[in-house]
Amino acid sequence: MRKIAYAQAAAEALQEEFRRNAKTVYLATDAQPDLKKEFGEERARVTPISESVLVGSAIGLAGSGYRAVADLRMATFGFVAMDQMVNQAAKITYMFGGQSTFPILIRMAIGAGTSLAAQHSICPYSMYMNVPGLKIILPSTAYDIKGLLKAALRDNNPVISFEHTLLGGLPGEVPDEDYTIPFGRADIKKEGIDVTVVALSRMVHEALAAAEEMEKEGISVEVIDPRTLVPLDKETIRKSVAKTGRLIVVDEACQTCSAASEIVSLVTEDAKTFGKLKSPPKRVCGLDAPIPYSPPMEHFVMPDKQKILAAIKQVLG
Amino acid sequence: MNIDNDSLIRMYRTMLTIRRFDERASKEFKKGAVPGLVHSYNGQEAIATGVCASLRQDDRIVSNHRGHGHLIAKGADVRRMMAEIYGKKTGYCKGKGGSMHIADFKIGILGANGIVAAGLPIATGAALAAHLEGKGRIVVVFFGDGACQEGEFQESLNLASIWKLPIIFACENNMYGVNTPYTYAIAGGDIPRRAAAYDMPVKSVDGNDLIAVYETAKEVVASVRFGTGPYFVEFRTYRWSSHFEANTIPDLRPVEEIESWKKQCPILRLQKKLLEAGIITEKEIQEIEIQVMDVIEDAVSYALASPLPQPEDALEDIYSA
Repeated sequence: MRKIAYAQAAAEALQEEFRRNAKTVYLATDAQPDLKKEFGEERARVTPISESVLVGSAIGLAGSGYRAVADLRMATFGFVAMDQMVNQAAKITYMFGGQSTFPILIRMAIGAGTSLAAQHSICPYSMYMNVPGLKIILPSTAYDIKGLLKAALRDNNPVISFEHTLLGGLPGEVPDEDYTIPFGRADIKKEGIDVTVVALSRMVHEALAAAEEMEKEGISVEVIDPRTLVPLDKETIRKSVAKTGRLIVVDEACQTCSAASEIVSLVTEDAKTFGKLKSPPKRVCGLDAPIPYSPPMEHFVMPDKQKILAAIKQVLG
Repeated sequence: MNIDNDSLIRMYRTMLTIRRFDERASKEFKKGAVPGLVHSYNGQEAIATGVCASLRQDDRIVSNHRGHGHLIAKGADVRRMMAEIYGKKTGYCKGKGGSMHIADFKIGILGANGIVAAGLPIATGAALAAHLEGKGRIVVVFFGDGACQEGEFQESLNLASIWKLPIIFACENNMYGVNTPYTYAIAGGDIPRRAAAYDMPVKSVDGNDLIAVYETAKEVVASVRFGTGPYFVEFRTYRWSSHFEANTIPDLRPVEEIESWKKQCPILRLQKKLLEAGIITEKEIQEIEIQVMDVIEDAVSYALASPLPQPEDALEDIYSA
């Protein structure tokens, strides 16, 4: 085991999988010095600022026997390529009746908190959850990002990786040996018995901070990190809520039609789990506003440890 | 003509097959026998035929919503095409795609795309794959004047150009995007000039002259296969039918214009040339007509006799294993 940063773990995943599979190609608007150095310009390509053809080329490569990585830098730029992601990548396996695989990894950075304002701070993963045919990973630690990216680069489907900008420097223990993390397997980041907190991406760490404080008050919080939104580990979430009887979902994205909404639904619509609820589930999400620039406003609209603590106290009644 | 007689007759047969296929598909649609929509290729047969005839078996094409012609010219099985249009399980896409999404990956047809211009980025990626493979494969993407208006067109030509990718951008300029004339929608009214701005060689050719299409295609294919980078060809043509076979969008084009283009039928023009050159006889023309009609009739019978998919099949193929 070594301790390395989240961004470093991601880079290692790519470097290792590029070694493993010579037919992998990286497409990005920024140069990738490490990939270029080891694998050359043919496999580590710099594109013009043209998101549609960047993603479309990844699809064309993937349908022609290659494995493609489309690095869109930030999730916000992904909207330019929505047709290629939603109308093409998501549907292409299906509408052609399964004639070909399309192994594509699309990487996009998400998250607010650094005054990048409305257009550069978004967390849009729930929009893509609503489009069947995509897989979505949402790593929150160095260990998770490396294992999930390696799994994504061995998956024969279009996978979108949403990677939080504020986690780049976060150190974590990473094994020396080759490993992957299967999709649809949530991680119980902290076990507990009084309340279940399902948290996404960077919010996992806010939730863990809140849980640590609640320990001092004798409240045992279970923190679950789904790690992948599609497929989503419903069983682990339901099992936890059945145990604790209380559910909070923490999601930095705006509340309406969020991934948090989906997680609440999968709990409440399951008769067995619903029967065990001791209080209504609570979402702690971004407020329904574009992300403002000035720090006091930006922090006001975002979820954080304090808001999670307030929610925990609320569901405990 | 530097084309052998067998090839000419084969291309004549292909054009006729495309024509009769789309006539029949349109007829069945109007009868209510097939669901969805049919975007007829009638009038444009020479382009798909001449271009695909100049390709290698392992070259790849990307098609669009008006794609039956491209598929047939590349060698697709008309039975499985018809079955797909009928929504049957035996169709190319197991009934999951229909007319607009027919594909045959085994013979290099990377699918028909229903979003205008969306095939261009995908074809550009396929051309990158061809370049990386180093086997001399090339890619052809078919699209219309409408696609030249889209952002994805601009991005694809630009990227193919800077990376010198082996791709032919085959523009079937049939003068209209639904009812909008290209002279209105394309600034400058000159599509090849637009393409040339992306630093690639361009040609413009009479898309209803099969010989001209084929000879142009051969020259362009040779150049692209050699490694000179992308090539843009405008094939000037006209579609006989309205945008699609449904009366939800009226055909607002001038009737005299439609009639005058029908007189330039690519099939009759080739037929006349072959007769005058003594390459074919009237009797052989009639024989080919009968044979083609038999093939189409057989395709329809196959489609009718094929089973519909099970409703639950809807949940398969969303993901690859």
